[in-house]
Amino acid sequence: MSDQNYIPKSKFGKWFNDRLPLLTLASHLTDYPTPKNLNYWWTFGGILTFCLITQIVTGLTLAMHYIAHADMAFESVEHIMRDVNYGWLIRYIHANGASMFFLAVYIHIFRSLFYGSYKSPREIIWILGIIIYLLMMAAAFMGYVLPWGQMSFWGATVITNLFSAIPLVGEGIVTWLWGGYSVDNPTLTRFFTLHYLIPFLILGLVVLHIWALHVPGNNNPVGIDIQKPSKDTVPFHPYIVIKDGFALLMFMIVFAFFVFYTPNILGHADNYIEANPLVTPAHIVPEWYLLPFYAILRSVPDKLLGVIAMLSAILILAALPWLDTSKIRSAVFRPLYKQFYWILVADVLILGYVGAMPAEGLYLLIARIATTYYFLHFLVILPILGFREKTLPVPMSITEPVLGGSPNLAMAKSNESIKR
Amino acid sequence: MSKNKTTRRDFLFTATYAVGAVGVGATVWPMIDQMNPDASVKALASTEVDVSSLTPGNTITVLWRGKPVFIRRRTQEEISEAKSVKMEELKHPEKDEDRAKDPEWLVMLGVCTHLGCVPLNDKGDYNGWFCPCHGSHYDISGRIRKGPAPTNMEIPKYEFVNTNTIKIG
Repeated sequence: MSDQNYIPKSKFGKWFNDRLPLLTLASHLTDYPTPKNLNYWWTFGGILTFCLITQIVTGLTLAMHYIAHADMAFESVEHIMRDVNYGWLIRYIHANGASMFFLAVYIHIFRSLFYGSYKSPREIIWILGIIIYLLMMAAAFMGYVLPWGQMSFWGATVITNLFSAIPLVGEGIVTWLWGGYSVDNPTLTRFFTLHYLIPFLILGLVVLHIWALHVPGNNNPVGIDIQKPSKDTVPFHPYIVIKDGFALLMFMIVFAFFVFYTPNILGHADNYIEANPLVTPAHIVPEWYLLPFYAILRSVPDKLLGVIAMLSAILILAALPWLDTSKIRSAVFRPLYKQFYWILVADVLILGYVGAMPAEGLYLLIARIATTYYFLHFLVILPILGFREKTLPVPMSITEPVLGGSPNLAMAKSNESIKR
Repeated sequence: MSKNKTTRRDFLFTATYAVGAVGVGATVWPMIDQMNPDASVKALASTEVDVSSLTPGNTITVLWRGKPVFIRRRTQEEISEAKSVKMEELKHPEKDEDRAKDPEWLVMLGVCTHLGCVPLNDKGDYNGWFCPCHGSHYDISGRIRKGPAPTNMEIPKYEFVNTNTIKIG
């Protein structure tokens, strides 16, 4: 790893660092050796950190104007939109920021799936990531309830009712979650409290996620371990900082496009109608980032089994490091896995699409097939593939393909010896 | 001192853990129970509804404990339709007589037993209610006939205070 025996140059720095080694930590972070072949799919960790901070800052400022009360919440959001200075901007950044956060996290997760970043020795990083993802969904769901529109109210009703599927204690749990006999003011105030709390829990888990990452170091596109740090890696600063910064700028262009040109396209018009406990909107759908799981829930005709299937679809990811039996990490050297990977991507997109459509006829049939395939991928295909697949030869080092640039192994090697 | 001999210190450890566990439990419980319905929520237990203006074949929706309650004054055809259904056809078998004490009046929670949406009146394949959220069909007795909902719509406790007034709860 990086230099543990860091000594600050200034006298004050040394005095301070002896008492609280913050400068040692900063030096570790800047010198942190990073594989030199990381591509742009690796920039989403930084982008996600930006998203989290954006949500926390805009959330804090919104909380200065929002009123968590069933009679006033809807109006206070309109007040933010119309009266508060730049309130519209802050709220649109916060609302679209949630979508951008999920967009980035899905790319981050699928990058991990493609390059096998979840495999040994990075299982704990992966599992911490799944917990962060679950907390993100909880935070997003509760945040969506706060404006107290029709979708807020009925989304909250449907999701909390998922717990009523639990035998015996289900109804009691739902009443406890609501603090009443339906979603009402007590539900709103506790959701606001938790929505405020969760981002800070995520922040703590992100620190653990990065800490766990810095123990084995980054995976990389060829998926092999670092052989020689001096040849295979570059220091995090300035190389990765600049690359992450450039990717972040590109990402912010997309972000700004949504905020300034189509701020409501990812939401539902129904949520601009105040919550009414007597009327359910004709077509309830969750936000786009939850649609695949919603499709899985609806594809099972039994209430309890539907809830179990939906939860399993997320929790199965935590078992992935053990379900994938292949020793080769990167899909680049796994010709069969690469194909199944893209089928899975298509499968999840199809689930998302049918999740937005009414659960009937052909849509229901497609949802059932796609749900079955989703579980088949993780429970059957991946375990068998590890034993059956004939993988391609992996390079000897990270440097080899970088310098070689040709499929000719001998040439690449001779290039390496020249460099040496 | 032999390893398997119980000492005074073992007893003290066990006693300390036990008292500690009771203390933690007694501290945590109020934190959990504060989320349950409070006294003011529980106080709104019953509501009275004037149904004198309701004509046969129509439904009104009233709010009770924050939940919608359907009150339907059923026509003769609807009553005979509800009574003619065979028990074997039902997912959650209940006789219409057990659901509507007075067959003309059906009083039930307008809450889909799947995930809590409000079903729509006079919709669905069974001339009763249809839940738009996940496609559950209910008949004119509020019994589940098709779709993901596990049980019939619930009948709350209610009574006729006089011929024109129903008290729910």
